[in-house]
Amino acid sequence: MVTTDKPAYKVIGTRPIRPDGIDKVTGRAVYGADVNLPGMLYGHMKRSPHAHAIIKRINTAKAEALPGVRAVVTALDLGPDPAALPDLSKNILAGDKALYRGHAIAAVAATTDLIARQAADLIEVEWEVLPPVLDVREAMLPGAPLLNPNQHTRTPSGPSENASNVVAHAAVAFGDADKAFAECDAIVEREFSTKMVHQGYIEPQSATAVWNPDGQVTIWSCTQGAFPARQNCSAILGHPVSKIKVVPTEIGGGFGGKIAVYLEPVVALLSRKSGKPVKMTMDRVDVFEGTGPTPGTSIRAKLGATKDGKLRALYADLAYENGAFAGSAANYATMCIASGYDIEHVKLDAYDVLVNKPRTQDYRAPSAPAAAFAMEQLIDELAIKLNMDVEQLRLQNSCKPGTRGPMGMPHQAPGHEECLRQAIASPHYNSPLEGPNRGRGTASGFWFNVGLRSSASVSVQPDGGVSLILGSTDIGGTRASLAMQLAETLGIPYEEVTPTVVDTNSVGYNDVTAGSRVTFGSGMATVEAGKNVIKELSARLAPTWQVPVEDVEFEGGVFKSKDGSKSGTFKEIAQAIVGRGPGLTASGSVNAGFLQGGGFSHAIVDVEVDPETGKVTILRYTCIQDAGTAIHPSYVEGQMQGGAVQGIGWALNEEYYYDDSGRMVNSSYLDYRIPTTLDVPMIDTIIVEVPNPLHPYGVRGVGEPGIVPPLAAIANAVAHATGVRQTQLPMNPRRILETTSGK
Amino acid sequence: MSKRIVSATINGEVNEFLVEPYHTLLEALRNELGLTGSKEGCGNGNCGACNVVMNGQLVNSCCVLGVEANGATITTIEGVAEGEQLHPLQQQFLEDAALQCGICTPGFIVAAKQLLETEQDADEERMRHFLAGNLCRCTGYDKIIKAVINARDVMRSTAGAR
Repeated sequence: MVTTDKPAYKVIGTRPIRPDGIDKVTGRAVYGADVNLPGMLYGHMKRSPHAHAIIKRINTAKAEALPGVRAVVTALDLGPDPAALPDLSKNILAGDKALYRGHAIAAVAATTDLIARQAADLIEVEWEVLPPVLDVREAMLPGAPLLNPNQHTRTPSGPSENASNVVAHAAVAFGDADKAFAECDAIVEREFSTKMVHQGYIEPQSATAVWNPDGQVTIWSCTQGAFPARQNCSAILGHPVSKIKVVPTEIGGGFGGKIAVYLEPVVALLSRKSGKPVKMTMDRVDVFEGTGPTPGTSIRAKLGATKDGKLRALYADLAYENGAFAGSAANYATMCIASGYDIEHVKLDAYDVLVNKPRTQDYRAPSAPAAAFAMEQLIDELAIKLNMDVEQLRLQNSCKPGTRGPMGMPHQAPGHEECLRQAIASPHYNSPLEGPNRGRGTASGFWFNVGLRSSASVSVQPDGGVSLILGSTDIGGTRASLAMQLAETLGIPYEEVTPTVVDTNSVGYNDVTAGSRVTFGSGMATVEAGKNVIKELSARLAPTWQVPVEDVEFEGGVFKSKDGSKSGTFKEIAQAIVGRGPGLTASGSVNAGFLQGGGFSHAIVDVEVDPETGKVTILRYTCIQDAGTAIHPSYVEGQMQGGAVQGIGWALNEEYYYDDSGRMVNSSYLDYRIPTTLDVPMIDTIIVEVPNPLHPYGVRGVGEPGIVPPLAAIANAVAHATGVRQTQLPMNPRRILETTSGK
Repeated sequence: MSKRIVSATINGEVNEFLVEPYHTLLEALRNELGLTGSKEGCGNGNCGACNVVMNGQLVNSCCVLGVEANGATITTIEGVAEGEQLHPLQQQFLEDAALQCGICTPGFIVAAKQLLETEQDADEERMRHFLAGNLCRCTGYDKIIKAVINARDVMRSTAGAR
């Protein structure tokens, strides 16, 4: 681990066992599908077999007549789309038009899962099948089949005149790129494309609901954000937020894919209609076809430098598939593509485009990996043209404090330079790569990380232990990283803190577990709650010690009177004050803003390309990432390694493979092949720590940046191994053979 | 179709339960016996999250019918620890931070236990081969493999000490 000027922490930086660990290694932890209630019914969704079709009529009579069926719902039961959340209801249950295969049409609740499935089959839908549009560039053309005939493009100069599948055109410009290209000595320009890929969380979505006759609704869900899920259910159901309680279960992976609600409002409706608890769980095909993967892209990019290696100008045209409904995908790409570098002249045109595929959702650093796939390959090619070492070229042009970052805002303490220095000094970079058909590639990645809103409460127990009450769902160890920050604040051992993730009625508002924000933003709320505990204990201590409250000091876990005559550890004081007095609970609530300072990562990868089969083998992989301050280094490494391997899958294997009718033909784990133990080596990690000035302990979000570099790093490695530049993903054996044969 | 009576020894205890003929062993474990530690990630044997050991064989319980369990001896994740004593694999998964979301963890532990009990000298390559049927999307497998290596060493030293 590489650290710059780190304070001496007692708990932060250690590697304790996570509080929820035993439940998860013994099978006791309760995930979404593990919720079972007395008298519970089973729900099942009827889904569209067509990628693009008008729903002329839905007849549910036969389904309703099947013995055991207790309720059937369609879009008619949902009411109109909430104005603040356009298209949300239409994606939950299609009303007049199905926009992708797998689009939910109706739902059934029955006494058994089998009856629910049989009833869904009995729902009759009269279709008028329309031609689908599946390619992002084709969808942008005039005359392409329109998903929404009322959709006009949002452009910098107002809405477009004609209806279009292009939802939005965002134009970002700094300096004068056209003029600057004319002054460049070396220019590289290419067209890149990537395919739609899925987050691939192993736990399918599951939700259970009870709608009581008094209007109180309880929903159990494996969501990434109980509070936003509650908000969305309220909007879709037209039911007050305060009457809905969302209970987050353990969550079996999400990576952005479990932010949106799919089942939650539907099981609530089915429960209302049937008067019984209702559970609905997706199967793997539902997950692939009916939830939100991340966009496929088409990116045209051009990068220029002067002969001394100074990057001068970047142009990129970035087209991102939104799927069936509008998203904000391409905009994120404009915030990331150039943020690692000091490039004076930048011009970006970003397009969000509707196609007949599932509505896309966030996937770990959404939109950044495809943008880096283009950018970091152009840098690699430029280094070759300029006859420079690519890492030196990156270092020479790396952003520094004050350099323009995402949304034109200046970087405060960017860790890119330090990541590059550590990469250049790493054992991997300094070891030779020998043997035929082998190549080494590198790439950098940036993700802006978000702050948003968090609350936490801390209760002091009579024995001096503390309970940490959290509303951020724990997707990969944040109970530990937050408990550690509280232990550090209170100066007590980690083991004295018992964290619990609670429902939406039991703690203040928390935004989603996403954007690499929990250890950062919920960390800030936790630290604040801890400080409020100290404040309250000091206030109660002062009269006992017969000193003014300002004379009660707290440092390193010890309360002291200013004159030094009285003192006690946190535990002693807590036992004395709370053990015999009234209870003590303090809270912390923060709005940590949209941006939290951003995170950089870097990858070095060695590959071997089999010239006969086209198979690419990852021989060695090192990821370097700035964590700001690594609270629990093992879980920081875990995020880096996990992101790297998802990136390896994206680069080499994964894609939504469609036939011409818009049917995904590989909707199983057998055919949509995510990496297995056999596909990857150990993933080496180097944690860089450039403290984030926006967090009390210097934390940066670490969840997302690790997936940004691998697509480009592997493509660069393959290019060096074969002499052929790879501009299309996935680089599966077929593509490698097609592009390298005869070379 | 009517429910069938199945009798099986599960985690050391004889259980008698009713199961629909079309229900999988996984459904029987989860819904009839309340053993929800075995997870369904795919329902067709691709992910390994439902791994249990049946009559000495590692199986995907989503690909076994409940009625096939009649007379069988089965170990699920709930039977891996002995009382309060965690199995070395469980302890290593905790110490080596080998889980993030934890949904694949039961399957990995059941599968790795089967490997280490039958091949106490399994090396990393063998582990990667044996565990290729267990998918994990969070960890990139690095810390899982390291935990299995460390558990193997603990199990070997304990066996040697006996």
